[in-house]
Amino acid sequence: MQAAKIATSAVASVPVPGTTAEIVSFRPPMRPVLERIIDAARHTVSVVLPPLIVMSITLLVWQLLCSEPGARLPPPTKVVSDAWDFIVHPFYDNGGIDKGAFWQISKSLGRVGIGFSLAAVVGIALGVLVGQSTWAMRGLDPIFQVLRTVPPLAWLPLSLAGFRHSDPSALFVIFITSIWPIIINTSVGVRNIPQDYRNVAAVIRLSWWEVFYKITLPATVPYIFTGLRIGVGLSWLAIVAAEMLIGGVGIGFFIWDAWNSSRISDIIVALVYIGIVGFLLDKLIAVVGHFVSHGVSAQ
Amino acid sequence: MNQPYLKFEQIGMSFRRGQMETEVLRDVNLHIDQGEFVSMIGHSGCGKSTLLNILGGLLQSTTGEVFLEGKVVDEPGPDRAIVFQNHSLLPWLTVYGNIAIAVDKVFGGSQGKGKTKAERHDWVMHNLELVQMAQAKDKRPHEVSGGMKQRVGIARALAMQPKVLLMDEPFGALDALTRAHLQDSVMEIHARLGNTVLMITHDVDEAVLLSDRVVMMTNGPAATIGEILAIELPRPRRRLELATDPEYARCRAAVLEFLYARHRVPARAAA
Repeated sequence: MQAAKIATSAVASVPVPGTTAEIVSFRPPMRPVLERIIDAARHTVSVVLPPLIVMSITLLVWQLLCSEPGARLPPPTKVVSDAWDFIVHPFYDNGGIDKGAFWQISKSLGRVGIGFSLAAVVGIALGVLVGQSTWAMRGLDPIFQVLRTVPPLAWLPLSLAGFRHSDPSALFVIFITSIWPIIINTSVGVRNIPQDYRNVAAVIRLSWWEVFYKITLPATVPYIFTGLRIGVGLSWLAIVAAEMLIGGVGIGFFIWDAWNSSRISDIIVALVYIGIVGFLLDKLIAVVGHFVSHGVSAQ
Repeated sequence: MNQPYLKFEQIGMSFRRGQMETEVLRDVNLHIDQGEFVSMIGHSGCGKSTLLNILGGLLQSTTGEVFLEGKVVDEPGPDRAIVFQNHSLLPWLTVYGNIAIAVDKVFGGSQGKGKTKAERHDWVMHNLELVQMAQAKDKRPHEVSGGMKQRVGIARALAMQPKVLLMDEPFGALDALTRAHLQDSVMEIHARLGNTVLMITHDVDEAVLLSDRVVMMTNGPAATIGEILAIELPRPRRRLELATDPEYARCRAAVLEFLYARHRVPARAAA
């Protein structure tokens, strides 16, 4: 039975003379349940324990350094007790800009969502153009290389002057900050498409449009997502900074507002939230990228 | 009409890089009949691949023309499907998808040879069965072995129903056992479908075993056809029986003699 299965599934077309040997598979012996639980637990501990230890030590040092009277920053215990209302009521809404952490963060995330999506669409389109055309590359690449080094906030006054409203200006700052890595990575990806794929496309006579969405896009996906990951990180950096200047609801201005009313503990909690959200954004793009590229890596 | 099926006429090819001009091919003339299996053998750098790419339409010859059924070849097309040396499967598509992309394009509605969706599906599966890969249709290229990838590459080319099947060292990257299996498969398919095949190879045994004629190329630069050897062994051919066949041994010796006695690679090129 086993032998027959092997023979039909093998790619060989040559009949094998002689008798076929019985194939006996050996099962690994079942390990006792207890042993397996212990193994799993040991693995979990070895993964979870180091960050826990490091974090505890950090908090402890912080606590010790900031506990003496006259310390400029609050120790962790004081942060939690001061900011308790802010931590446990993320959904409160007292009107105006006096809203809970959830609303502040969602407003900022909404801005990132719009600005970053625009950057992704325009960035991928420009990247494909630059990657495919030597002329476009020679013309545009120097401009990209210079503009990408401009810090996000340096764009803000210019965009305020152009748009005359704070919201579109914030979106523009996100857009202009996150677009460069998307363009550059996409164009590198397009330039690195193996000649073989182009030959295949030529032999089956794909049209320009079919080459684009059946060959160019899928072959470039891993590069595009590398660009998107860098871009989303940058846009999260940019939005917090931009919101400090433009005001209104948003986690960036929340921090600035807290500073002006000396709520240092709120600032520290907000920083932790920003860090976690940024981390999750990065992971989200990575997971989507892995899914979309079917695990095909950029190599 | 005494027109040969496939005709290379005075093909010459030069590559220019800056001031340097390298003449790769000169005055290549070759006629191939329908259903013939022709191998092209020669040392590295003799322009075999260049010649195949000219027939494939991927390169334009500097001088001369290729005629297929009396028509000039000047662009790539599915009537001259290519089996690439490194299989060239698209890694984001499944085995099935890699063939379907070609079948859907070549036999899709608008292009005369239209097939319905169900017919196209059946045609993909038929070609996968031909190379014994039907059971792996949902795998992705990186999940199957090198030999299996090349089977899929062959199925993709066959699925286009080419007038000439071009094979660019199709088994060069495979181990000897896998190569032998694939050679047997190709012989079997050739016997069943009667394709016209032009294959490039480095392997003398492969050339003699598979071909009706072996075209031997002189060394470059300005390489051309040195000699053409007709292999008059009856088909079907079996590698085991041929091992002791005097005619096989004679053909093999003739090719070896051409390659290593008369057209030995110059020392500088061999390095």
